[in-house]
Amino acid sequence: MLLKFDTLSLLTPDLGLVFWTTIIFLVFWFIVGKKALGPIANAIKDREASINDALNAAEKAKAEMSQLQADNANLLKEAREESAKILKEAKDIKESVIADAHNRAKDEAAKIIADAKAEIDTQKKKALEEVKNELSQFSVEIAEKILNRELSTSKDHQQYINSLVENINNN
Amino acid sequence: MFRTQLKYIFLALFSLTFAINPALANTDTVANEGIMLINEKSIAHEEVEKEETDIVETILHHVSDANENHLGTMGHTHLTIPLPCILINKETKKVSFFMSSAFHHAPEGIIDGYKMEHSRVVDAQTGKRDTFYDLSITKNVFNMLIGFVLLTILFFVIKSSYEKRKGQAPKGAQSFMEPIIDFLIDDIVVKNIGPNYKKYLPFLLSVFFFILINNLLGLVPFLGSINSSGNISFTMALALCSLLVINLNGTKDYWGHIFAMPGVPKWVLIILTPIELLGVILKPAVLMLRLFGNIIGGHITVLSIVSLIFIMGKMGQSMGGAAAGGAVAFPILLFVNALELFVAFLQAYVFTLLTAVFIGAAIEEHHHAEEHH
Repeated sequence: MLLKFDTLSLLTPDLGLVFWTTIIFLVFWFIVGKKALGPIANAIKDREASINDALNAAEKAKAEMSQLQADNANLLKEAREESAKILKEAKDIKESVIADAHNRAKDEAAKIIADAKAEIDTQKKKALEEVKNELSQFSVEIAEKILNRELSTSKDHQQYINSLVENINNN
Repeated sequence: MFRTQLKYIFLALFSLTFAINPALANTDTVANEGIMLINEKSIAHEEVEKEETDIVETILHHVSDANENHLGTMGHTHLTIPLPCILINKETKKVSFFMSSAFHHAPEGIIDGYKMEHSRVVDAQTGKRDTFYDLSITKNVFNMLIGFVLLTILFFVIKSSYEKRKGQAPKGAQSFMEPIIDFLIDDIVVKNIGPNYKKYLPFLLSVFFFILINNLLGLVPFLGSINSSGNISFTMALALCSLLVINLNGTKDYWGHIFAMPGVPKWVLIILTPIELLGVILKPAVLMLRLFGNIIGGHITVLSIVSLIFIMGKMGQSMGGAAAGGAVAFPILLFVNALELFVAFLQAYVFTLLTAVFIGAAIEEHHHAEEHH
């Protein structure tokens, strides 16, 4: 088989084609590459960055939100505990106040009763004293009247009367 | 390169087996002529071999550059897009400019001492191409320009939609190209070049898409068998651009490592420096050969398989053979075309990736060079 075709020509660079390929590629590089592909690449990268930022921000907001929710729950819990505590304290205070008042009333009553008893006693003593005095007065008067008749008769009587009076006084 | 040549040789042999095997070549003798005598058989054998040579030449012409875009032949009508020829004579420095269609009307098909042979301008006297510079807009240049226009429209449309819909979700062509561009930026450019990637981004993206569009156009049938990126001139031009971008941005460290590898005894440098210098040229040269080999290999494969139809059909003499050839060729062709589609992306990716790796190595600052070596 004899080939008329020069197979080596396939491996030999052709000046004209190298020239035109270089020109076309350089024009492509400087026009399409620099004016279109570069800006496209930048736009893609910029958007990628902005999407990443947005996603990160969303993630952060989500975390903050859950943090906030946890805080709120904590606050609510604390408030509840606080109110329970206050209620308990109020209840304690109420009870102690009531108990106090009860005790004081008891004491007061006891004191009043004691006072009243003392008063009654003094009054009673006083009344008895007065009765005694009246009685002794009466007795003396009665005695005087009797004695006025008999005293002159005997000294023994006199003595006796005196001892009587003494007894009364002692009473 | 070796692989490609191997592939080429294998395919040539593969298609030859069909021609040489007399049993296969004569499967349709009953349908065709009837009884075939032994001497006739030997004549047929020679004819088939000649046809086979024609087929190999046709394939090689298909993958070569041409001065006119021959789309196809319908009966006796050639569907050809005429292309401008710009020819400079090396001796007389005379510049000739005319359309390739002018050859068909010229007396004896000769203009300014040039003639057209197999869609290629040659010297009318010597029949060779070494007496003039051919700066014509050839088939490959023409197809490159188609790709250039397509990409220019595509990317400026996409750019305007990025401006119109700033910060919004992509739409239409934008969302189709965005993953590709994003992948290129992240996995090729940033990974290999680092934080200063923006300076090299337009170049690398241009390289990728310029190779890709030409690879893809090469897969479109009936456009005159486009083979721009499977031409060594095309890959050489791109490799030269890579060579310049890599070395013009090389740091002091980079050149220091080439001329005087730190930490190496002086006498070793006598061997090492030439090797390193050779490496400067070899890196882009390998890029050039890899892309060229892969794409032309694919195209030769496809054309060889298509040729099965003609070989088995004995150049239109046997419809049954052609049908059988078609039946055999169709599934293989489908598979090879799918493979080529993958290769189109892969080779554009590999070329860009390696260029990025080389740029990354050239601009890298070695902070602890002495410790490493």
